[in-house]
Amino acid sequence: MKLKQLEGYLGDVAAFKDPKVQLEQYPTTAHLASRILYTAESSYGDIDGKAVVDLGCGCGMLSVAAAIMGASSVVGIDIDADALETALDNLEELEISDTVDLIQASLCVRAPDTGELSLNNDFVAKMRGKFDTAILNPPFGTKPGNKGIDVLFLQAACAMADSAVYSLHKSSTRDYLVKRARAWGFDCQVLAELKFDVPMMYKFHKKKSVDIDVDLLRLSRQTRAPSA
Amino acid sequence: MRLLTHNMLKCHVKNCTDPDKQYPLRFKDVQIEQIEYEPNEEFLVRMLPRIDWSALVKTAKDLNIGIPGSMPEDPASDQDFLQKLHTIIMETHITEGSMVCDGCSHEYKITKGIANMLLAEHEI
Repeated sequence: MKLKQLEGYLGDVAAFKDPKVQLEQYPTTAHLASRILYTAESSYGDIDGKAVVDLGCGCGMLSVAAAIMGASSVVGIDIDADALETALDNLEELEISDTVDLIQASLCVRAPDTGELSLNNDFVAKMRGKFDTAILNPPFGTKPGNKGIDVLFLQAACAMADSAVYSLHKSSTRDYLVKRARAWGFDCQVLAELKFDVPMMYKFHKKKSVDIDVDLLRLSRQTRAPSA
Repeated sequence: MRLLTHNMLKCHVKNCTDPDKQYPLRFKDVQIEQIEYEPNEEFLVRMLPRIDWSALVKTAKDLNIGIPGSMPEDPASDQDFLQKLHTIIMETHITEGSMVCDGCSHEYKITKGIANMLLAEHEI
């Protein structure tokens, strides 16, 4: 499978019909998804024949890419039923329904008194270490009440993945995430520095598009530290 | 949803904590589809220690699917066992129905193969 081929297939993946602001639903482009999964497999062998989990899978772009790159089993998790409907259509369209399982779930829980977000440990409990690789384009936590959600998603990924995690995060959080990764037993490498061009998808965006500096991170497990 | 994935799901309702009752989730009124899938031996062998075998046996028996009661001594070299395992965990898909927690009775619905693990406010 060549990169251009993969990108071509991903062009058929439909995006959110009606993106929800509160969930920070921005589609991962075919361009970006193809590069992440192509690199994950060709440089690191993290996809072919592996068990992969896609956290916050949305319409399934990363899951589809993982399946095409040879993952034996992919599980896509998302909170939104509408996104999962679209993801299901995408799986059927690309004939990979037998490779990808979709779960509707919330990775985070909100404390009723403080409104603070934390990891849904009870849900994640039986998934720890059951996957080889986690892939994710998590919400960045820019919407009110969601501060820190990006870190929680990464923490969940590190708990579930036995070997490697590929994730996208604001470059401004890089140093902090490297420290957290270490605490969770992972080494953290910046594979690429990107600019996310978020177009005026929502009514409240004043500019035509917003540029955010984003890191593509690869975390690789160093120890079986139970702290994640 | 294939049985491999079901093997990772437990009840997470608040105060539902009896590990013997909240896992595995019991299938109810389900539609099952067998979908042929190319086996990958290396993948199966790597997944072996990640499978909760007693939960898988319990689930398979509930669904009237034949399954060895215990893992063979050297499963990695037992072709017959690996093929049977492959059929059960990778080729058996639950497309509709629900999963019930024997601890708190919560029902998690499965629609078009998608399991809904979301809880109501009071259950979190």
